[in-house]
Amino acid sequence: MSAQEAAQASTQEHHTSTGLDNTKMAMWAFLGSECLFFGSLITTYLLYRSTVLPDSGPVPSEIYDIPYTSVSSFVLLMSSLTMVLALSSSQRGDMRGMRIWLLATALLGVTFVGGQIFEFTDFVEEGLTLGSSPAGSAFFVLTGFHGAHVSVGILMLLSLVGMSMSGKLQPGAARKVELIGLYWHFVDIVWVVIFTVVYLIPLE
Amino acid sequence: MSQQVEAGEAEELHSHPEPRQYIKVAIFLAVVTAVEVAIYYVSALRALLVPILIVLAVIKFLFVARWFMHLRFDSKIFQRFFVTGVLLAMTVFAVVLLFYFTHGGPAPVAR
Repeated sequence: MSAQEAAQASTQEHHTSTGLDNTKMAMWAFLGSECLFFGSLITTYLLYRSTVLPDSGPVPSEIYDIPYTSVSSFVLLMSSLTMVLALSSSQRGDMRGMRIWLLATALLGVTFVGGQIFEFTDFVEEGLTLGSSPAGSAFFVLTGFHGAHVSVGILMLLSLVGMSMSGKLQPGAARKVELIGLYWHFVDIVWVVIFTVVYLIPLE
Repeated sequence: MSQQVEAGEAEELHSHPEPRQYIKVAIFLAVVTAVEVAIYYVSALRALLVPILIVLAVIKFLFVARWFMHLRFDSKIFQRFFVTGVLLAMTVFAVVLLFYFTHGGPAPVAR
């Protein structure tokens, strides 16, 4: 299938009064609401980041490993590149290329989540837990919810690959890849904010 | 009408950038991330660290949203949905800060 045919096929999913795809509109509305969700969690972390009781474990910022988290951030950032390359392949009708880039994105996502699990384990050993202090609760809830979002994204990426391999995702169905791509890039954007606000901005 | 819709969406797909442009954006984002981490360790910039980090994070945010999420090329309606969410999140932050300063908040424990 040529790129033009793939593009034409992908346009025949919905016909709406706005001329815009309803599913894409719904995804953007969902992402808008997710901004509010993560905004609330980040606000809570900023308020409680230094709130610990005596002998109740460390303040999170005392035990951050910035070089390690920087590498994790880089991995997630590059997963946005592989995701957008998957979409580009899909729009050209190159299903094999799409599957390779989707798997690369999922692999980078798994690397990020694996790194986060290792980091959490390290922090628990240092005495920072979900229940050790308000600072610990705010940190683990914020970063844990982000990790859960990345995990859901990985499942969706692998579902796309599975659908493609079983023939349920035909060339030209770029819209499905685009919607999951939007979700994935949003998760990346949220980490851009978390990395700066939670890890890099020092506690005064 | 349906032909107009199809023409509009086909145009949308064709207006997306080439892979080479995506790679250029990714390299730029990687460089900005490296700069963020580097200045974190520069003690001479400690006083300016917070504003610099915020500016760099905003730049990364905008590049991912505009290039990878295609807000630069897509309908403005999608942009409005997203910007509304971001503004609401910032409003929540402002309201909580207001309550924090007027009613008090969690007292940090001196370390």
